[in-house]
Amino acid sequence: MQTKENIFSLLSEIPDPEIPVISIVELGVIRDVTFDEKNIEVKITPTYSGCPAMKQMEDDVRKKLIENGFETVKINTVYTPAWTTDWLSAEAKIKLQKYGIAPPEESTNDKSFLTGKTKNITCPRCKSKNTMMVSQFGSTACKALYKCNDCLEAFDYFKCI
Amino acid sequence: MTSQEALFNYNLRLGDTSLILAQRLSEWTGHGPFLEEDLALTNIALDIFGRGKALLEYAAKTEGKGRTEDDLAFFRNDREYFNALITEQPNGDYAKTIVRQALIDCFDLAFYSELSKSKDETLAGIAAKSIKEITYHKRHSFSWVNRFGNGTEESFNRLQNGLNEIWPYAGELFEMNEVDALLIKEGIAVDLSMLKANWEKEISQLLAKANLVAPEGTYVQTGSRKGLHGEHLSYILAEMQSLPRMHPTAKW
Ligand SMILES: [Zn+2]
Repeated sequence: MQTKENIFSLLSEIPDPEIPVISIVELGVIRDVTFDEKNIEVKITPTYSGCPAMKQMEDDVRKKLIENGFETVKINTVYTPAWTTDWLSAEAKIKLQKYGIAPPEESTNDKSFLTGKTKNITCPRCKSKNTMMVSQFGSTACKALYKCNDCLEAFDYFKCI
Repeated sequence: MTSQEALFNYNLRLGDTSLILAQRLSEWTGHGPFLEEDLALTNIALDIFGRGKALLEYAAKTEGKGRTEDDLAFFRNDREYFNALITEQPNGDYAKTIVRQALIDCFDLAFYSELSKSKDETLAGIAAKSIKEITYHKRHSFSWVNRFGNGTEESFNRLQNGLNEIWPYAGELFEMNEVDALLIKEGIAVDLSMLKANWEKEISQLLAKANLVAPEGTYVQTGSRKGLHGEHLSYILAEMQSLPRMHPTAKW
C-alpha cells in the first residue's frame, strides 16, 4: 500500500505543462489525495479559473497514477481555498527565476497588488530593478509582461494573486 | 418554485452571463488594436470562461438530470438562456468594448465579493476565486476608460458613443425576481439592491474622470431574467453551438 508521501513524490515528477521547470506539486495545485489499494481521489485546484493547462495536468495525474498501480483515479476540482502565489515555495521561486520568469515578489497579505502599486520587479536576466510593466496580461493567465530598462529584454512576471 | 429550481435558475443566470461575455470578448482574439491588448482581452475572456464553466457545472449538478456543462452551453436555445443583456451587445469598437467591460467589472467585483459570503459553499468558493481575477480586469478596463477619455478628440468621442449605446443595458444587472427573493431568504443569493448605490457612485466618479456624461433618461432595457433577448444572442449561439450541434456525439 502506498503512503501519502509516496504519492506526492510521484506527482512531483509531473511538470507544470506551461512552466516545465516546476512540478505541479510545487505549483501548489494538488491539494490532497485520499486512496485505498486500488482507488484514488485527487483534489486539484485551478491557478486561474480558465487556465487551459488544468486539463493537461488532470490527464498527466491520471496517467501517472494508473502507471503506478491504481485502477481508478478520480479528479475532483476544488475552489476553496482559492489558489494563491503564496503557496509557491522559495525553491520554486528560484527555479522560476533561473528559467527567466520573475517570481512573485509580494505576498498577497500586503494588499499592494489590489491597488496596482507593485514593487519594482527584478529582471531575471541582469537582476536590475530598473524595469517597467508593459502589460498586466502576458503569455499565460498567470503572468504579466515586463521589460528591463537596462538590458532591454522583455520578460514574464509571475503575478501575485 | 422550489429552492432547487431557484438555485438552478440562479446558477444559469450567473453561468450564462459569464459564458456570453467571454464569447463576446474572445471575438477580439487576433483583432486587438495591438499585441498587448489582444493578449489582455484574451486572458480576461479566458478567466471569465473558466468562471462560466464552473458555474454551469454547478447548474448541471443542481438540476440533477444528468446534463453536463457542455450540454447546457451547447444545447439550449435563446429562450433558455439567462445571460444579462449587456453581455450580448456587439463589441463595437475598442472603446465600446472597454466601457461595457468597465460597467460590468465594477458590478462583478462588488457582486462576487458579496457572493463569497454566501451560505452555498460552491458559489462562495467560485466567487472567492473570481474576486482575485476581477480585480485585475477592473484595473485594466478602468485605466483604459481614463486614457480614452483624456486622450484625443477621436478617442473621447468613441468612448462617449460607446457609453451611449451600452448604458440602457446596465441597469438590468440589478434586476431581481422571485428567484432572488427566495434565495436571499436562504442566505444564498446577493441582494442586488444593496450594491446599486455604490456602483453608481464608482461609475459616476469614473465617468467624471474621463469627462464622460451618462446619457439622459432612465430607460432600462430588461428581459433576460425571463429568457427574453435581442437578436444578437441568436447569432452568438449559432456560431458557438454550430459544431457540437452538427456532431452531438463527438468527443475531444
Ligand atoms: Zn535586465
